[in-house]
Amino acid sequence: MLYDFLPNILSGMVITLSVGIASLLMALLLGLAGAAAKLSKSRWLVGIATLYTTVIRGVPDLVLMLLIFYGGQTLLNDLAPRLGFADAININPFVAGVMTIGFIFGAYLTETFRGAIMAIPAGQREAGIAYGMSIVQVFVRITLPQLVRFALPGFQNNWLVLVKSTALVSVIGLDDMMFRAGLAAGATREPFIFYTAAAILYLAITTVSILLLQMVGKRYSIGVKAAQL
Amino acid sequence: MTATKLLVENLHKCYASNEVLKGVSLEAKAGDVISVIGSSGSGKSTMLRCINLLEQPNQGSIALNGEALELIPDRDGSLKARDPKQLQRMRAKLSMVFQHFNLWAHMTALENIIEAPIHVLGLSRSEAIVRAERYLERVGVSHRAAMYPAHLSGGEQQRVAIARALAMEPEVMLFDEPTSALDPELVGEVLKVMRDLAQEGRTMIVVTHEMGFAREVSNRVIFLHQGVIEESGDPRTVLVNPQSERLRQFLSGSLK
Repeated sequence: MLYDFLPNILSGMVITLSVGIASLLMALLLGLAGAAAKLSKSRWLVGIATLYTTVIRGVPDLVLMLLIFYGGQTLLNDLAPRLGFADAININPFVAGVMTIGFIFGAYLTETFRGAIMAIPAGQREAGIAYGMSIVQVFVRITLPQLVRFALPGFQNNWLVLVKSTALVSVIGLDDMMFRAGLAAGATREPFIFYTAAAILYLAITTVSILLLQMVGKRYSIGVKAAQL
Repeated sequence: MTATKLLVENLHKCYASNEVLKGVSLEAKAGDVISVIGSSGSGKSTMLRCINLLEQPNQGSIALNGEALELIPDRDGSLKARDPKQLQRMRAKLSMVFQHFNLWAHMTALENIIEAPIHVLGLSRSEAIVRAERYLERVGVSHRAAMYPAHLSGGEQQRVAIARALAMEPEVMLFDEPTSALDPELVGEVLKVMRDLAQEGRTMIVVTHEMGFAREVSNRVIFLHQGVIEESGDPRTVLVNPQSERLRQFLSGSLK
């Protein structure tokens, strides 16, 4: 019985991973922009970034997702006729899911990146400036490579939580791994088997992620003395 | 031989209502080694950092080899460069050695040294490496070329930092308390390198607490007190026979 549904659930895993990776890319961009804004001298940028991280981190993911999916849909459909679109616009659940999760985890990554940038001694950026590098060169050549190392532990946490959050997109109708496991559980009246299967698949994704990130961590902790007790 | 390299005039710097520099001027001719001394809080590091605009002065002018850095008012009332490119070009000729070395932690000693020559001066990688090896040799740490800063002693890190400054082949070298963060037994190796550089005829401005260096190596000493130059001149006169009461007190304190 499990075998009948397994290919279906596994192809849902592809959707889960696609949502995860697409929203991660969005979150990375938002996180870098947010961290840059929070560390900038402009009071406006600091204000906007602070509002963003405070609101997003303070509201449950599920609430935000429903708000963006249903609220956004209503808003779009109110606006569409006024902007000259005849047809109602439907938000694609994949797009809505990626937007929401990317937006949420951008806020968490903002904090992760901000902490990582602050962990790099300011003197190293200053040395770059003093030797005639541009702000962009200093960021790309000095800050970014070290940011990876300091951000990695926090990034790993965020990625694991993000992967698990993708299960929420099943609520708005995206047929991801969770959605299909739910359907199978309903059809066969065997929730235990199918939710266990889903759990094992999530665990597989997260375990592989941890192993990969450990390898990245080794690569980027070059030049660092390992702590010895 | 006596061409003016660096001309700094009437530098003022305030932090909020606290005026740290109250009109400091300084002229470095080719081959000058100028020691800047003074108690902490006298403004000597601030002065040095205003020269390459790591701190933005509120007033004053800076010229390198006769080329004046164009300054315009920033929003907070301090001065910034009108053209960032001109500032970058000038900074590349004014290399700085920092109190805490500020080596880039993710690069080996060699990579630290070739970084700015490649990405700022536009040297090819192989040219930069030849240059870096020459200067690593010069400061006596060629055996450490492949090591990361975290694996070097403080004295070695500072010597790598000096090689990094030399690799820019600068017009003027700015030293910001280069031995203050070192263990006492490591100070000597760094001072020796600086002494050799002075003898080569390099133009150097050295903010320091090392009175021996100021006396024996520099050809001019500037004593800063509360943001003004209280006394300056030949170290053998100024340090041996101080005119102002402040300098007398400072010297008797630093000899203890």
